[in-house]
Amino acid sequence: MNRYLIPLGCFVLLVVLFGIGLRHDPSVVPSPLIGQPVPAFELPTLHDPATTVTDANLRGEVSLINVWASWCVACRYEHPLLVRLAREQQVPIYGLNYKDIRGDATGWLQNRGDPYRLSLFDESGRVGIDFGVYGVPETFIIDRHGVIRFKHIGPIREETLSEEILPLLARLAAGAPGPG
Amino acid sequence: MGRRAAITLFAIALALPPVRADDVPLQFDDPGLQSRYTELIAELRCLVCQNQSLADSHAPLAQDLREQVHERIRGGQSDEQIIEFLVARYGDFVLYRPPLRFATAALWFGPLLFLLAAAYILVHLSRRRAARPAPLSDAERERLRDLMDPP
Repeated sequence: MNRYLIPLGCFVLLVVLFGIGLRHDPSVVPSPLIGQPVPAFELPTLHDPATTVTDANLRGEVSLINVWASWCVACRYEHPLLVRLAREQQVPIYGLNYKDIRGDATGWLQNRGDPYRLSLFDESGRVGIDFGVYGVPETFIIDRHGVIRFKHIGPIREETLSEEILPLLARLAAGAPGPG
Repeated sequence: MGRRAAITLFAIALALPPVRADDVPLQFDDPGLQSRYTELIAELRCLVCQNQSLADSHAPLAQDLREQVHERIRGGQSDEQIIEFLVARYGDFVLYRPPLRFATAALWFGPLLFLLAAAYILVHLSRRRAARPAPLSDAERERLRDLMDPP
């Protein structure tokens, strides 16, 4: 009986390790910004270059920041969900228009609908770097204290909405305690 | 051109180190700063093309991050400060050599531990196989004699 214990033990260990390891998507980089305050920024809005928005303007309510661009193909998949989310929920969605051309971006929103309270125009992508953006689209949830509570990389799907985003929004709206 | 010449040129081209993928070449006047820059961008991972360093990747983000590194070296920041800047935004994954922390201990020591465990098991198994069988009892020796040399 003892002879089989060691190989069996190794096998079980490997099954566990592979079970954990193979379920991970190695291209998804976990963000160190979860639990951190929104990085300081100052950007013009997409539709009105004369208006400037800073991180301070986000404080006081729970919000979403969605990084998007007219050149981003995957953004087209999630955009209808965002339009629907903006219509059904009370949460404001801020767009971070990343490394785009103004005309292309405004045209894109005109064609597909604009779910954003406003879009920030990050032409150089410098603010994107501060947010740790590497794969557009990306979506952040910010609590009312201006702390990043959640980041999703890639287009939002129905499961993301129903299993992660909506529950977290409900918890934050109910006044969940600060990051711990 | 002659085939020999063509093959020679091709062989030389293969032997040359790969050209850095700077879409806009970033230079320093000071060779000391230049070598710091070259070393840093070789040690930092491109988050988009995750198997390439910042030095090799053509991705726009890689160009942006190279510019960041260039800017900060010019601004007098140390290597540690620049690395800290990127790790704060992108996490440890941006480094090719992750720092030794409790969370990364499994990554650093795991392979060695597996190797040691495998070596131990192999030694243990071969030792057992080499162990001598128990000596025969008198009755068994009798039986052996009868079997080998039937009366």
